[in-house]
Formats: sequence, C-alpha cells, structure tokens
Amino acid sequence: MRDFYYLRANSIDAARQAAALPGAMLLAGGTTLIDLAKCGVTEPETVVDITYLKGLDGITVDDRGATIGALARMSSVADHAEVKSRFPAVSDALWQAASAQLRNMATIGGNLMQRTRCPYFRDPANFPACNKRTPGSGCSAIGGVTRGHAVLGTSEACIATYPGDLATALVAFDAVVHLGDRQVAVDDFFLLPGATPEREHAIAPGEMITAINIPASAAAKRSTYLKVRDRQSYEFAAASAAVGIEFEADGRTIRDLRVALGGVATRPWRARAVEEALKGKLLEADIVKQASLLAIEGAVAHGANHYKIELAPRVVARAILKMGETA
Amino acid sequence: MTVHDVRSRHGDSKRGDASDGAIFAEAVGGRLSRVDGPAKITGAAKYAVEQQIDGLSHAVLVESTIAAGKVRSIDTAAAESAPGVLLVLTPDNALRLNTATDWLGTPPPDIPYCPLAGDITFSGQHVAAVVAESFEQAVAAAALVKVAYDETTAIVDLDDPKAGDGIPIDTMTKEWGDAQAAFAAAPVRICAAYNTPREYQAPMEPHGLIAKWQGDRLTVWEPSQWLDGMARTYAEWFGVPFENVRLVSPFIGGGFGSKAFAYGYGAVAAMAAKMLGRPVKLVVTRPQTFTAYGGRAATRQTVALGANAEGRIQSIVHRGVNETSVDGMWVEPLGSVTSIMYATPNFSSRQNVVRVNTVVPGALRAPGENPSAFGIESAIDELAYEVGIDPLEIRLRNYAEQDPEAKKPWSTRQLREAFAAGAEAFGWSKRAPEPRSMRDGNQLIGWGVAAGTYPVRRAYGEAMVRILADGSVEVESSSIDMGQGTYTILAQTAAEVVGVPAEDVVVKLGDSRYARAGVTGGSRLAGVMTGAVHKAATAALDQLVGLAISDPNSPFHALQANTLVVANGRIASPRGDGPEVSIAELLGSVGRSQIEAMGDTMPANSTADDRYKNYTTIATALSHTEGDYSRHSWCAHFVEVRVDEDFGTVRVSRVVSGLDSGRLYNPKLAESQWKGGIIMGIGQALLEEGIVDRRHGRIVNNNLADYLIATNADIPDIEVISVGIPDPQSSALGGKGVGELGIVGVAPAIANAVFHATGKRVRDLPITLEKLI
Repeated sequence: MRDFYYLRANSIDAARQAAALPGAMLLAGGTTLIDLAKCGVTEPETVVDITYLKGLDGITVDDRGATIGALARMSSVADHAEVKSRFPAVSDALWQAASAQLRNMATIGGNLMQRTRCPYFRDPANFPACNKRTPGSGCSAIGGVTRGHAVLGTSEACIATYPGDLATALVAFDAVVHLGDRQVAVDDFFLLPGATPEREHAIAPGEMITAINIPASAAAKRSTYLKVRDRQSYEFAAASAAVGIEFEADGRTIRDLRVALGGVATRPWRARAVEEALKGKLLEADIVKQASLLAIEGAVAHGANHYKIELAPRVVARAILKMGETA
Repeated sequence: MTVHDVRSRHGDSKRGDASDGAIFAEAVGGRLSRVDGPAKITGAAKYAVEQQIDGLSHAVLVESTIAAGKVRSIDTAAAESAPGVLLVLTPDNALRLNTATDWLGTPPPDIPYCPLAGDITFSGQHVAAVVAESFEQAVAAAALVKVAYDETTAIVDLDDPKAGDGIPIDTMTKEWGDAQAAFAAAPVRICAAYNTPREYQAPMEPHGLIAKWQGDRLTVWEPSQWLDGMARTYAEWFGVPFENVRLVSPFIGGGFGSKAFAYGYGAVAAMAAKMLGRPVKLVVTRPQTFTAYGGRAATRQTVALGANAEGRIQSIVHRGVNETSVDGMWVEPLGSVTSIMYATPNFSSRQNVVRVNTVVPGALRAPGENPSAFGIESAIDELAYEVGIDPLEIRLRNYAEQDPEAKKPWSTRQLREAFAAGAEAFGWSKRAPEPRSMRDGNQLIGWGVAAGTYPVRRAYGEAMVRILADGSVEVESSSIDMGQGTYTILAQTAAEVVGVPAEDVVVKLGDSRYARAGVTGGSRLAGVMTGAVHKAATAALDQLVGLAISDPNSPFHALQANTLVVANGRIASPRGDGPEVSIAELLGSVGRSQIEAMGDTMPANSTADDRYKNYTTIATALSHTEGDYSRHSWCAHFVEVRVDEDFGTVRVSRVVSGLDSGRLYNPKLAESQWKGGIIMGIGQALLEEGIVDRRHGRIVNNNLADYLIATNADIPDIEVISVGIPDPQSSALGGKGVGELGIVGVAPAIANAVFHATGKRVRDLPITLEKLI
C-alpha cells in the first residue's frame, strides 16, 4: 500500500470534483477499497472520504417504490421493515451477503461498485496478466483455477464472475441507479466484459452514486433470493437466483415473473427468456424446470466451473416453485 | 510480563458443578470456567506481537513468484531509497547463521543457514525482506524489490505426472501374517482409494514476532506452542547460549500444530534486529500463512479389506502416499489408525513420500491419525454395505480386544462404551439401512458413524510451585495456553494439592525464563503438566506442613502431630483439635516470605543434558506402547447430514460423539476441545482445500474468504459424551489426550452419512456440491 492523499468531502459536489482527479477513489464503508489496496490491486493517489456527507443514508419506501441512499449500510437496508415486506428478495440478498461485520460497514453504493473475487485479479504480484487490471495483458484465469468463474457473459478477455448478491435482486426488479444528474437502469449500469473488462460500470470519472430506486411491483412484493453455496454463511454464491412472481386472479397463472441469476455470470444476469417462457403459464413443477433451463442459454464452461451450468437452472426452478408454494 | 492474575479474573468459577468425584469446581475434575476467558473477551489479554516496544521497526517479506528455479538477481535500489527504509535484506547481505538442531534432536549438519532463498523450491518462498520505520513504508518498499528468476519446471502436486511414486519410508512399514494372500482368498473384498487435499491450520492470530537484542541476549515475543524448543533454535541459529534467548508467548490465538517451531521469518526478523541494533516486528500476512510454513500434506491412500461373509476382517492391505517438499521431509503417518482400529490376522501397510514444489508440510491437528482414519473408517463402511451389516455392528464385530500391532493389552479402551453411548443418544437403532431411504422434502437425510483414536504421547515435565506470604499459590511453567485451558487446569491441580481455592492460585505461563516445558503438541501437555504441578505442589505442601509441625514458632509446634490438613487455605490437625490458622498466618508466625518447590517427573538419575534434551526436543518422549500397555484415546462419532438433492449441498444437522480421554481434569474444557475438533472436522469434510494453480504451483485461495473453514452457521448442536475412566498407565492423574482426538473420524463419519443419504461414495475430500449433483 503506497501513500495517498486523504480528502474528506463536505458536499456531494466537492466529492464529485475530487473524484474526477486522476487516481482518485471514493471511500465509503471501505470494505472493498481497503481490501483491494492491501492486495495491491488499487493504488489510489487520492482517497475521497464521503462518509461524512449528510443525507445520503436515507431509506424511504412508499407505494411507488424504495429509494435508498448510497451511504445506507447493507445491514440497515436488510433490516428495514418496509424493504422486508415490499422487497423481500432485496432484504434476503443482503442478509446472505458477506458477514455481519462487513454488512455493518459496507454501504449500498459501495456494494454496487464491489469487484470480482477472481483470485488472479486479486494477486497482481503473482499474476501480472489480467485484462481487467491491466488492459491487454491477458487473462490468467483462463486455463487456471476456474471453479468460481462465470459461465455466462464471458469473453476471451475475461471470465471473472460478478460476485454481488444485492445487484442480482436489483436487476430483477428494474432498479435505477442515481448518479446525481442522471439515472441509469441497473441492468445497464453493469457492463459485459467484452474486449474491455476494465470497464465494469456505466459511470464516468467525477460521477458518484447518490441513491438507488427500486420501483414497487407485485412481483417484487412476492419475491425471494435463493443463494446456494458450500458454506452456509460468508461465501460467494455458487449460483443464486432472485425471483419475483405475480399471479393472475386464479392464483395459479403467472402474470408477471422476474428472474435474475447471481454467481454464474460476469454481471448480474437477468434471465428474460425464463420470464417470457412462463408468463401466462400455470405454475407447475415440470414446466418451471423446463423453462428454467433457458436461464443458461449460451453458457460456456471453463473447466472446473461446468457444474454451474447444471446448478443454475435448478436454483432458478427451486426459487420460482418456492414462490408458488406460498400462494 | 506474563503474570496472569487468577484472583481478579476467576469469573464464574463458583458456579460450576462438580464431577468426577471432585468436591468443588476448583479441584481437578471440576468444571471451572477458563480463568483467562475474561481477559481475552475484554481485550485485556496482550498477545505476543501486541507488545509495545520502544524503537520498533517493521519488516515485510518479499516472496518468490515462481515455484521452481533460481533467483538470478535482486534489484534493491528503488526499495533502499524509498522513504523510511532501514534495511533491505537479501542472501547477499544476510548474516551467516548456523543450521539448528531439529525437533527430533538430530544433530545439525555444519552448514550455514539462510532464511532467504536463492534456490526456489516453492511459490511464496522468502527471497528478501524490507525493514522500515513504519509498517506502511516497509510494505510500499517491499513492492519495489525487483527479483529476476531463472524458472524451471515445477512438480505441482501428487497428481503431477512428473511426481512419480516417491520415496518408500521403511519405518512406516507394518506387516503381519500374509496380507496379500489372505486378501486374495477372502470371500468379500473391497478396495478403494481415499484422498485428502492440502489443508491449513488457519489460526485466527497470524504468525509473527518481535525480536530485540541486548548485546548477545535475544528476546523474542512470538506465539509459540514450544517456548524452549524455539528458544533453542534461535540460540543455535545465532550461536549464543540457550540461556541468552528469552521467548515470551503469554497467549496464543490458535496454533493447531503450526506454532511449535521457529520458522524462517523468525530468523529474518531476529537477523534484521541484530543488524540494525533495534527491535524488529514481522507479522506474516494472511496469504503468507499458506506458504511461510506448512499445512497438512495432501494424502492418497488405498485400502483393501478382505472379509468373510459375516464381515469379519481377514486382511487389510494399505498403501499411503503423502507429499513433502523438495528439500524437506514430512511424513504423515497414514497407517497409524489402520493398524490398530480393528482386529485382523493379516496386515500390510506401506507408505511413500513424494517430493513436490511446496513448502514443507507440517502438523495440523492429529497429523497422521486424521487422514488415516478417513481411509480405514470409510473403507469399513463400504465393507458394511458390501456384506449387508449395520455400519455400527461391523465395527463391533471387528473390535480389537488388544493392540493388533503391538500385541499388547490396551491401558484402557472405552471404545465399545463410546459406540454404545453415542448410538443411544443419537437414536442409531432407528436408522433405515438402505441409502436414499430417509428424506425431508428436497433434503436427503443420511446417518453415518466412524471411530477415531489418538495415541497418548507422554513426556517428562517440570513446574515451579510457590506458596506466598499472603497464602496464595503461584505456579510457573514455560508451557503455554492456546485456548485449551492450561492456565485453568494447573490452577485446579495446585489448588487441590495445596488445599486452597483455585482463585488463590496464580498461574504464570508463556515465558521461557520459567520452569522448562516440552512441546504443546500431540495432546500431551495436560497430562505432562498436571503431573509436574502435582509433584511440585505436593513438595511445597510437604514443606508447609513440615514447617507447621517442626518450627518452634508455629502454633502447631506444641501439638506433636505427625501431619496436618490444609483445606480452603487453612491449616488444622486431622482430628480437629488444636489451633486452626490460615497459611498466611502460619508463614507469618514462622517468619517465612514464601515456600518454593521445583518438581519434575524426570527419572531420578537424569543429567542436566538429559533435561535440556527433554525440554528442547522430543527425543526423550515415551512411546505409547512402551512397557506392558498400548495407550490411546478413543471416540465414536454419529453424524446426521442433510443433502439437497438438486444442489448437492451438504449440511451437518446433528453430531453425537462418545469419547474416551480417560479422566478429565476439567470436563467443561475437555468438552470444548472435543467440540472444537469436531467443528474442524466438519470444515475438513465439507469445505477445506488448498487449491493449486497447476501452471504456477501456487495456492490461489490463500485467504479466509476463499479458503473455507466452517462458520457458526455450518455447525449444528454437538453432543459430546465422556465415557473415559481414569487411566493410570497414561498419566499421573489418569487422563489421556483430548485436543486432537475430536477431529479424528469426523470426516469419514460425514462421508459415510453422505453415502447413506445419497448412495454416492465420495472418497476425495472435501465433499463439495459439484461432487454430488
């Protein structure tokens, strides 16, 4: 870790100006930035501390939706009564993320900006080749230890998995990221690696996440986040699914369905093909399991991660069926 | 430095219930809570590298990024000119150290030792170090050290085609009868291969030290399972007398076998401190804990069982392989449980060791017994299904009534009782025999059983006991407490012998200036040290009573008694006639400031050299089969797992274990240790695996987010049942080993339960979800 300048921002504008400086990085909960600085992945010239900004940690929920300030803590959102009742998948995703200590520190804005757990990305001293870290240097992961790597949305340049849980739920429910002057759909905020894996988010220097908004919907109200992993707690997903469902008046026919996958793709992965295949259908186990296979259309395995192609549709199907049980 | 004041921290010592005949919780056998607990919980306990030392400088290691080859050059210019840098250490400017005696007591070769490598034999090897005024400056400068390598091809692991069959270790060979012929002739035969991966101790407290020289005297603050052994190593490295090295290790944040030796980074720090003339602190990073010393070696075993139709074993043929490093030798004794668990007329076990490009592996809770049990306890489960017998019944049917290998009676073996108590509490009789026959929705439920064992490792001990003017008792030993309860049980022992409440006993540990102690490893410390303290305390009590009877100023002088009794800190005659005074009052009357007794359990004719060897090597350790008996702890684990049939995830939902560790000095602490072992075993079975990038020979999951150990959420209620009886052949007070027993047999019990749940036999640990979907 090298020396850096520390600036404490006293207004959003000041924070954004400082963030536009070359080599500047925002500091909120610090759970990602400090971790990556210790690994030698990030070497900020300037750290802009935004934790003293007022008014960015609010959580408001009404009939139109939820607005969550960028500095709201993961644990505060997870435990918010209205979030739990109107957006259970969001609360579930947060509760199953990280550890209690990390959730108490980490902010929602920082959570969206968290970076991959790819071990090659995180060890520059031993693995100089990483297109995400050093564009054009190559990918150390391809041909290496790939058990946790992505099977969806990969490119020849990068197969790193997007690790987060919250964003998977947000993508399912059409959440919007507020960047001060402009707003971006969460689904557009996370970028596919393609040939430029170093670009992960649709955010420009000098921009800062100020809030996220999740529109209310019947599907969001009847939703869940199912996370499958070897360890019961404090592990990233082998595969996860955020699912919300709305039935017609008969209580059996699917009117609206939202499905997103986590732990298997290079970004939070909305599975629209599954949604479309099941809308208007009766919720029946065989139909759901068949449709869930559409979740991994186009999946490509890289060695040890092939199990994710088997696992992901099963997680999706289980989550959808679980939402049907509680009709 | 290491004074541990029991009196101010005795917590709930009054609330424990008595057991094992102890009349109060503070006596041996009572359930006294850990006396060091409050200090640890409140943060008052200062660990080795938390010591505040004036003038401290900070060292950071530079590690090899290749697994095999040579260092061609090291460019230190940028690092040397970086802010705050005091020293950049490479093999070129390193002090010439001596090679030290190893832990077995083998005289060292007369060649210099350098903790910084020019020849690279594994990724993560120390090649240089940077010392700076601040830790941050050292980290920044270490990144500026440029190392150029000439890389050669590495042998990455046991599966590497270049690894070969390895070196036969003849001392591991055990043969009786004609195992091959008996196996070939057996009506029922099973043969399978069982593998365990590299596993790591992953202690919460990382390794590290502060080294400070004053002239030719060295003080090292370092977490240690063996102060005197490590002090000897430092002394020999630097060519100073043993007495000139002081090791201080008041508390240890987890060792699990990894903190018994001085490692290369210790030599780096002590060398830098000597060169700079100021104290140096070096703490390895979490990733470095995977390469600065070794974890459990990866192992491969083949177990062949030949049996008759009733499941009675006719022959066991066992072959084992473990990895070691290119230039070091680690033998993980894979036949250790195989040869003693079941009666068999024919037996053969052999073992090879294969050199690969890794750090030399080391001890991790129950080295040998742990992987050995995974082999034999999985295999006998397979045999049970093959012949259609209940897995518990087949174990009883092959029960070894004496040690099949040593051909000696067991000192005590309450394994049948462990099976019975565990099965009863678990409800084993309600088990449906067929695999996949128990389920709850998507969850397949399986019940499995396996046995475990660990030898009683015995050694000689030493302790200082003082009775002080205020009537309190002080115990000193350079042994340590890494959470297992040494502070507590030694207080209980001294309290019982002298006759004072445990809260009036101060136990001082973790400083090599105190009475010497051998290694805290192999589950031997409690048995060794309670014996030594018992002896020293008895001598102190004899002095006290002698004074009371014979000193002309004693209030008992006129009584003409042969003996006196001391209870609850007060002295009286056995018949209750005459005076009753406190110990403090007596010492005051006779004008003594203290009574002091050093006790040891060494043979009477031992020389000073014998004693030195005893405390600084394991050369004098007594075999568990020495004399007329074979001495071991025993256990039986009963496990319930729930396996998600779609996801392949395994959750342990219930554990009941019957355990025989002989007499328990403190049941509460023994139960905690057993449970800790079982918890570690759950992690080993389901989660733990050092994953090697086969192109680079490097562990890639070298952190606690990616190297998975069990969390609270992974651990169900665990019921442990003590079935032990006092075993006078095993220790002075009748106890057998506790610390390592609990983990042995857990992994096979879980694998057996997974088979019962799913019908799928997993023979490669850990049992991760992709192996079951």
